[in-house]
Amino acid sequence: MTADRLNKALSLALIGIASFTSLLPIALAVMNALKTTVEISTNPLAPPTTFHVENFTSAWKSAALGPSLLHSAEVAGLTILLVCLTAAPCAYVLARQRGKGWRILIFYFMASITVPVQLYLYPLYFIFAKLGLVNSIPAVALIYTAMFSPFAIFLLRTYVISIPFALEEAAQVDGATPWQKFFYVILPMMRPGLLTVAIIVGLNASNEFVIAVTFLQDDSTITAIVKFYNLTGQYSTDWGQMLAAAVMIVLPVVLVFVFLQRRFIDGMTAGAVKA
Amino acid sequence: MWLFALPALLINVCIILIPALLTLMMAFFAWDGIGVPAWAGLANFQRMFGDAVFWLALTNNFIWTAIFLTVPICIALAMAAALLLSPRSRAVVQPIIFLPRILAVAVSGRIFQGMIFSPATGLVAWLNEHGFSVADPLADPDRSLYAVAAVDIWHWWGFLAVVFLAAMRQISIDQIEAARLDGAGFLALLRYVLVPGIRPTLTLMLILTVIWSFQVFEFIYIVTQGGPAYGSEVLATLAYRHAFFEGDVGQAAAAASVMSLFGLCATAAYLWIQIRDSADAT
Repeated sequence: MTADRLNKALSLALIGIASFTSLLPIALAVMNALKTTVEISTNPLAPPTTFHVENFTSAWKSAALGPSLLHSAEVAGLTILLVCLTAAPCAYVLARQRGKGWRILIFYFMASITVPVQLYLYPLYFIFAKLGLVNSIPAVALIYTAMFSPFAIFLLRTYVISIPFALEEAAQVDGATPWQKFFYVILPMMRPGLLTVAIIVGLNASNEFVIAVTFLQDDSTITAIVKFYNLTGQYSTDWGQMLAAAVMIVLPVVLVFVFLQRRFIDGMTAGAVKA
Repeated sequence: MWLFALPALLINVCIILIPALLTLMMAFFAWDGIGVPAWAGLANFQRMFGDAVFWLALTNNFIWTAIFLTVPICIALAMAAALLLSPRSRAVVQPIIFLPRILAVAVSGRIFQGMIFSPATGLVAWLNEHGFSVADPLADPDRSLYAVAAVDIWHWWGFLAVVFLAAMRQISIDQIEAARLDGAGFLALLRYVLVPGIRPTLTLMLILTVIWSFQVFEFIYIVTQGGPAYGSEVLATLAYRHAFFEGDVGQAAAAASVMSLFGLCATAAYLWIQIRDSADAT
């Protein structure tokens, strides 16, 4: 059994090193967010001696994090709403209908997942600029809806497939229309799927960079991520304040992750694991 | 029944399909984003193929693909196997290694710049003070691409490991037990039981890696903006610069089209696998 014991030891060593590597940059960021810039450059690896909480208050003020976090929440909330409203009925028909037209539609949504942002970004920007839709939060939410709804459609479709058809048949015998079947039979059964979709879409929308940095540059609409990006750079000097801003921006996401990690992990790995 | 699918389809067509087709068209026009586009034939492509930076960017995309087809995949396979053999640590370790994946790229990028690579405030500074001479990799055109890749690998491998672990847990336990009774070492177990056991998942991840490697933009744009001296330039950063900083939408469209072309073979493979599996499932 020596091979077995060696495997165990090797596994634990690997797990230890890997967890340490994953956490090190995050730990350094949190630790140094509480230090002055002088303390950071003296020794970035030393824990803080006194907690410089003023990094957080001044970062909050100078970066105007309050409004930009609110914009991020607005974009994410509106995207979640739009994705759920459009993906749920679409997932229902794609799960239940047979025939060539529907197969082509499934194929189309799958293909659209792999289209690079760069292939539609430029015309989209110049068209939106013409229409006065640059610096508009609903316009960006609409773009995110197009980007994230195929994922939602395929996730919800697997939920619908798992709902026994007999339930719908029973409703049909009672004279329910397709919309009634959808609202009263399918939608309630989809609820856990919709929660997963909301979490993943909310995460993607609030973390998204390319569209946000291109379309939302005005202070009245800028998201927290882009605000943070604009304020910091390779040659930033006030790292204490910058890291404090970083901690405040990721904290809401990390808190949700800690409480709902199973849903995060299942939602994000959905479709990746093949039998 | 079409009405059920219509809103999602309409949004997708207007935001993705039509602009994507317009990009392919714009590649044959000269346009600064403001005036009237003028037909340019193949001029955009001729100019692009004559530009040394384009070839540098394309090469970097290939290097990136090669790195991501190997390094994170190997780390993730080893880690998934380790977690499979240590069930008790799984509940704690899975969220830890997954955590980098949920942090915003802009934030992770800046943290690595300041806390790891910076010669004034980072791990690099600390190493220099303690007798190891390490230069700032982000300031070196020959190494900046690899430094950015390191950040992306940090962000990415944990997710892969979780995916591989989920797949490995579907392998029949008898097979793993039999290998263990035969005294198989860690690498033998991985090579003869675990990797063959998760082949469909592994194939899908490799295909997606190729697709994403030709699209890579965020980490590079945030950390180095393609620099220094185009050292980490890729097609996506090149296209973005053409469109928004140099007012040359035709060139941007040409670069974006070439970029999509390289992802297309991988996309075809991806669609083939997905369609085949969804046909099996129904």
